[in-house]
Order: sequence, then C-alpha cells, then structure tokens
Amino acid sequence: MKVSVVGAGPAGLYLGILLAKADPAHEIRVMERNPPDATFGWGVVFSEETLGALRDADQPTYMEITDTFARWDTVDIRYRGQILRSGGHSFSAIARKQLLLILQRRCHELGVKLEFGVEVDASSDVGPADLVVAADGVNSVFRRRWAEELGSVVEPQGGKYVWFGTDLVLDAFTFVFRDTEHGLFQVHSYPFDERTSTFIVECPEATWRQAGLDQMDEQESIAFCERLFAEDLAGHRLLSNRSVWLDFLRVSNRTWHHGNVVLLGDAAHTAHFSIGSGTKLAMEDATSLANAFVRHRDVEAAIVDYELERQPVVERAQQAADDSAAYFERVGHHAQLAPIQFAFNLLTRSGRISHANLQLRDAELVRSLDSWLDGAARPGAPPRALAPPPAFAPLSVGGLTLANRIVRTPQGPEPSSLVPLARSGAGLVLTGLVAITPEGRTSVECPTLDDDHVAPWSAGLDQVHAEGARAMLRMGHAGRRGATAPADRGIDVPLGPGGWPVVSASAVPYGPGSPRPRALTQEDMARLRAAFAAAAARAAQAGFDGLELDMAHGYLLASFLSPLSNRREDDYGGSLANRLRFPLEVLDEVRREWPDDRLLAVRLSVTDWARHGLGVDEGFEIARALVAAGGVELVHVEAGQTVAEGQPEYRRGFLTALSDRVRSEVGVATLVGGYLTTVDELHTVVGAGRADLCLVDLADPEVA
Amino acid sequence: MRVGIGLPNTTPGTDGPLFLEWARRADGGPFSSLAVLDRLVYDSIEPLTALTAAAAVTSRVGLATTIVIGPLRNTALLAKQAASLQTIAGRRVTLGLSVGARHDDYRAAGVDHRGRGARLSEQLAQLRGDHDFQLLAGGASGAALARMARYTDGYVHGGGPPRAFASVAAKAQAAWSDLGRPGRPQLWGQGYFALGDAARGAAYLRDYYAFTGGFADKIAAGNLTTAREVKDFVRGYVAAGCDELVLLPTVADIDEVDRLAEVLAG
Repeated sequence: MKVSVVGAGPAGLYLGILLAKADPAHEIRVMERNPPDATFGWGVVFSEETLGALRDADQPTYMEITDTFARWDTVDIRYRGQILRSGGHSFSAIARKQLLLILQRRCHELGVKLEFGVEVDASSDVGPADLVVAADGVNSVFRRRWAEELGSVVEPQGGKYVWFGTDLVLDAFTFVFRDTEHGLFQVHSYPFDERTSTFIVECPEATWRQAGLDQMDEQESIAFCERLFAEDLAGHRLLSNRSVWLDFLRVSNRTWHHGNVVLLGDAAHTAHFSIGSGTKLAMEDATSLANAFVRHRDVEAAIVDYELERQPVVERAQQAADDSAAYFERVGHHAQLAPIQFAFNLLTRSGRISHANLQLRDAELVRSLDSWLDGAARPGAPPRALAPPPAFAPLSVGGLTLANRIVRTPQGPEPSSLVPLARSGAGLVLTGLVAITPEGRTSVECPTLDDDHVAPWSAGLDQVHAEGARAMLRMGHAGRRGATAPADRGIDVPLGPGGWPVVSASAVPYGPGSPRPRALTQEDMARLRAAFAAAAARAAQAGFDGLELDMAHGYLLASFLSPLSNRREDDYGGSLANRLRFPLEVLDEVRREWPDDRLLAVRLSVTDWARHGLGVDEGFEIARALVAAGGVELVHVEAGQTVAEGQPEYRRGFLTALSDRVRSEVGVATLVGGYLTTVDELHTVVGAGRADLCLVDLADPEVA
Repeated sequence: MRVGIGLPNTTPGTDGPLFLEWARRADGGPFSSLAVLDRLVYDSIEPLTALTAAAAVTSRVGLATTIVIGPLRNTALLAKQAASLQTIAGRRVTLGLSVGARHDDYRAAGVDHRGRGARLSEQLAQLRGDHDFQLLAGGASGAALARMARYTDGYVHGGGPPRAFASVAAKAQAAWSDLGRPGRPQLWGQGYFALGDAARGAAYLRDYYAFTGGFADKIAAGNLTTAREVKDFVRGYVAAGCDELVLLPTVADIDEVDRLAEVLAG
C-alpha cells in the first residue's frame, strides 16, 4: 500500500512507524512543511494509561520516550495564598521537540520517507497514494477543503490563552489562580524535562481586554505575566516560542474521511487543553488506524473501522473537555469556596474524576474534604477527623437541620407515600406538586391542601419525622399546564371534556391541544395571593418543615417570569421587574404565613431552554431578586418546560452545572436533581459545592 | 429483553408471497414483534399497509412501526389507520413515530420540513389522547426526548452499537424523570443483520443510507453477519437496559428468519 501522510506531528509520524512495522512492504511518505526541528508549544502530557498503549504499540519508542520523561503524581493548586496538594495522579510529560525527534529517528529506521519543507495544500500532488492521511493539525488544509463533506465544525472555546515555557522546574502539575482587579487569571503548568516546564496562562476574554492584553506586544505580555505570577515563578523567567494569545479552536467532524483521505489527530478533533489530551488522542488515533489495516486489506473498510472505534472515544473526551473549558471560563465565580472545596471542585470539573475515583488516588484529600464539609454543617462543634462522605453530611439551611443531603420525591400523590422514602435514608422528602386550589391542579390526581387534607398530611409527616427525616411541600398552581390527563399516559395531554378552565399570565395555550388559558385579572391575582397564603398556613399547620414555592416549568408563577408566556401589557408584563411582580407578591404573602424558623424555598427554571425565552443571565437575576426579597434560603434549580417545544439538554446530571452557577453567582444554597442516579454522583456534586442538596433518581427504587 | 425481527418492507426484492411468509414464520418463531421502517422515496412497502397485511396472517407476534415518519402524514388518517390495524390485530400494536431523516420524503409528500418537530408533537398529543395502542417516539435531540417523555410510552433508538444505545437511553430516562413521568420509559433498540449473503446486505445498507454520505459505510460496517456478532450485540443490549431489540433484515431471503431464530435459540 502507498501511503501519503501530510503533517509530521506526533500523529503522522507515529502512524508511519506503526504501518511500517505492520508491513514493511507499505510505501510510506510523510510530508511536512516545516523543518524537522521546528516545533510550537513546549511539553506534552501523557497519563499512565496512554503509556501502556504506547508500550503495546511500539516498544523501542516507548523506551526512548519514557527515558526522557518528567514524571510526577501530584497536582498542586495555588489558591488564595494556599498550596493544596493532591497525590496519586500519575502523569508524565515530554518536550514536544524531543518526542518528534524520537519518532523521526524511528521512522528513518523503519524506512518511512520523511520530507520536510514541503508545502502541501489540498490540490497538491501527494503522489499516487492508496491512502492519504491528513495529520496536518488544527488548521488542516484537507479538512478545510472538504469541510462540507466532512461536516466540520470549528469554533472557539473557553478563554484566551498563551502557551509559555519557563526555566522553573516544577515537581507537580501546578494550577495557579491569581486574582487581579480585572478578574481571575489561571495557569496550567507542568514540568517536561529537567530544565523546563510548560506554563499556560488563561483568562476570560473580558478579563484579557480589561487588563489591556489585547493591546500589548509579545514582550509586554510576557512582562505582564511575569509580574502577575512573580511569586509562583520564584525569580524564574517565562520563555516565549512565538507565544501569542490565542483562542482555543474546538474541532469536530461528522465523518473523518472523504474518499481515500482520512483525518488524524487535531485535524479530526480537538479537546480543550485544560484536560491535556490532545497528543494522547492523536497517538491513539494513529494506533487505531494502523490496527485497522491489520484487520482489513481494503482501505475503505479499514477507515470505517478506525472511525467506528475512535469517534465514541473522542466524543467522550470532548464532552469532558467541554465541561473543563466551561469550568475555567467561570472559575472566577468560585472565589467564595473554601480552599479544600475549591480543590475538589477543580479536580472533578470534567466529570472524569468523581469522589470515588479521587478516593482511590488520594484518600487523604478526600478525607479532608469530608471532614471539612461535616464541620461546616456543624458550626460550633469541634471538627471531626473522620466524617461521613458529602451526601451523608448534615446540613443546616433556613433554620432546618437535615441529617444528610439526599432528597427524594415520591411517585404517588398520597401523604403516606413519603414514609418509605424517609425510611430509605433520605434526609429530606419532597412532595410532588400540591395545588393551592382545585383549579390549580395539573390533573385529577394532583393533590391539594384543603382544610380536610391537613389531617392526612399531618399523619404522614409524623411518620416521616419518626424516621428522622424532614418533609418539604412543593406548593404551586399549574396555570396553563392544568386540566391534563393523569401522568401515567403522558404529560400535558389535554383532559378534554371533564377539564376545567385554566389561567395563566397571558392567554397563550401551553402545548398542542392544551386549552387556551384566561389571562389573570387584578381580581384573580388578589384571590390567588390569598389562596397561596392560606395554603401556606395550612402547610405550616400540617407540620411541613419546608415549603417550596413552585416558580418552575411553566406553571402559573413561572408563566409570569418568561417572556414566552407573559405577553401582558400592564404592570405585570414587559420588563423583568414587571414580570417578577406577581411572583414576588405571592412570595411576600406566603412568607407572612410561613413560620420564620422553617425553610422557605423556591423552585425555579433559570433558563427556558427555548429561543427568545429566558436565558441564564435573566434567570439568575430572578433568583437574586427572590433571595433579596428575603426569606428564600434555598433555590431548587430547574430549567426548561416553560413551553412545550423547548430545546432541553439531557444527560446524567444535566442540571448540575446550572446549580453550580446559581450557588456561586447568586450566592444561595441550592437543591438540584437532573437525573442523578448514584450515591457517588451525589458525593461529587455536594463535595464540590455544586449544590447543597440532591434529588436522587434511583434506577431501581424497589431495592431496599 | 424481548427480541423482535424486522419485516423486509424496505429491502429490495420483497414481493407479496415472501412478505407474508416472512410474517408467518416470525409468528411461529421466538420473536416478540414484527417491525417495519418507513421511507417515502424508496422502493418499499408502506409501513401501516405492511403491518396490516402481517396482522392478517399472524396471531401472536407484536406489530410495530420503528418508526413511521409522522409529519409526512395527516394525523387523523394516521390515527384511523393505526386504530384499524388495532381492530384487525387486537392489542398487538406499537406505533413508533419520528421525524425521519430525509428531506426528499418531505418534498415528495409536499410537507414543509421546517416545523416537523412541533408537528410531531401535535400528532403525538392527538394520538395519545384518543387511542390506547402503545406509543413510542424516536430522535436524539433534547427536544425529541422531551416529546417522547411528554406524550409516549417509551423511546425507540435509531440503531447502532450497544454503547451508543446506552448513552441515548440514559438521556431518555433523564427526560422521563424531568417530565415527572412515573416509572421508566420502554426502551427499544434496533440493529441490522444478514446471516446469509453479507455482501448483499452491506450493499443494501449503503444504498438505503446513501443520503447520509460517509455515515452509510459505518452503518454497513455495523451489519451483524455472524452468529457471534448477533449474540454479542444481543448481550450488549441486555446490559444496556433495552426492553425490546428489533433485528432488521438487510436481505430479503426467507431463510434469514430461520437463521436468526436459530442463532437466538443457540
């Protein structure tokens, strides 16, 4: 087989080596426009797992690579004047230039033809090749040439960053966080040989502009960074290698080949540098493609096999990288986190490390975290060295002390359905929607809290309390989502005959077939304020420990908040202040009736997940206004369902990132669900301070 | 997990006798359901017509569309057809709906491709309100999953390796939980097989999915062509929490039914 590889980076060279090894009869040429010793960037990182793969693929290069490696197993986090160390991480790094030299030598040894200084564009003659490999990096000319056929998406991701070296030799992967008047800057740095470390500086674009970095030349920007990180550099210099501030480009392609041209490494995909996986993924690509040619003689079949193997792996890496990039973009908002929690939040940012994984790597750090969290929940009590893991730590919120952070909601409407959940170990049980009036029910199965319902709820709550749990009432009015069929056959399925008239902020039906609601009049609002207040009083009387006012998912109060459902032209519509007016009035009435020493919460969709709807910025403004109004000490973070045709973003823990943001950017305790199904997920969410309480969805709730 | 088999309603070379014999054999075999696909602009048998014919020659096996492209059809007529099928077949009908993937089907039907999601929601709301057959929905976007959780009994995946199914199934369950549905959604998976003539099967898949460009090769590469591949696939779907896996034929050869039955029995 004749193979033309364009690009002599790690992916292209490694592919040449592995193909030549597999079959010396292959004619392989690698074309590179730069000279052999040119390289950008500094060191590249590998994990223990990657090393294993390199050893299996080619022993000689593995030996050489590991000979020159810098290895460490510690992550240092420099934050708020402290250095937190976390061990057990097993990284290695090598100078990129050194890695290329080793791979080039091995290519020569195996008869792979290397041609440097060859400018290749997509129309160039790459020879009569059976296979053309575009390993020409993030700006791949081949990918751009076939962008449409490949379904290429290239977009900037994360903040601004610049890739420096330094003659400071670190002994750990080191994160540095430095606050400035312009915002937070962070450094990702790691050693890669006995003289040098990589030193990447990153900050949000707004911070970068405010600091004037957009106006600085290379020398000025080096001087700025040397000044900012003087303490961390300890007298050492920053080294530049055409080091300019860049946007990270996120590359993905629907398919990785066109005809006999196949994309490899950064040409096919990139993953944000903050998870340090670029070179690893590129070399894994090379291994996979070479192996595919061992399995298949047919070029087409081999390429398809390669894509099938690599695409899912790369998608997972990109998901983790996306989460990591988003974390660093907003890390400035985490300044209120205690150092140990900040560290745990950082280490678990991409979803690849959980509380349980970290326990295996660094049991002491996890113990410190658990102990700190436990202590924080027991003010005045002496800290305990041995404490339960995060989800089982107690919590004091709104005058309420909960035994742990686990919240469960029953599937049935009966007060007695709370009892098994309390018995199951949840610290807090939360009812489903309980309507303030019969007209406010979603369906005929939706419970209300009339006078004659107080006694049954009381009886249920006595049993909940006897189990050591607390109970919170989710109280609301279904608004335009009322009068639907029972939930076992669907949600928002119109009840048709037998339904009742529904009301909303405006006369806009919710979904297909939904009845057209009547827009509330001033008189309706006065009546409903009184109904909310009366229901709150009965909830207190029934013995609920917490009351959650439902302002989420398009129900009545939520319908006022979103411009999609609120088209009013009076004082209750239009501006955000106007849209907030009725929900705030209701909150005020409820607070009057609800005992001060019990928990008052709101359930809020902080984004509509719909075009022209409420976005997170406005959603957070609403949360701030509700908290500022006084009395609200917990926000149950929800999203979407404002309208029937939204664009929700489902996955495991799909609300966790929003909860993290509400907690840090609004500054209020949060409760979050979003399909959290394992105890380890709960430990991670609570431990990292992404929420204070978690609503758990057990896969098999029958298991006692 | 139940395992169903596809009817060859979109594979070339299917005639009436073959089609009916296929249904009869499947009814006698270990299969839980007979499933059909939908394509307007392709040499194929219309799915509800196909299931109605199958209903007439079977008595046990379930009858499912996985899927029928809802927005191409008038909702009232679709509901009427499905209800008629239900009357003929008894309670054996599962109606899976989705928006489909091809623009040319929409062009041919004279239906606007834009707004297809909202249109499918309207159809599902109407079908759910008036009828009692099992309803499923497909599609991988958040909007599609919300629609599924809002109006139907479960999710029908478009096909692929078990890991791809597991990933979307978790999202479907997240949607189900988000919408506050009790219990869990029914989860249906799909895969292609050719236990006789693998090359013919691959050629059909490349042709059927030609509109997807490079993706067609990947689908063809995923065709299950050996007993071991089928068994691994089935095991993978069991582990991924699938409730009903439909194995779709890629070769219209009547012996394929027996070959698959034999593999599943072994």
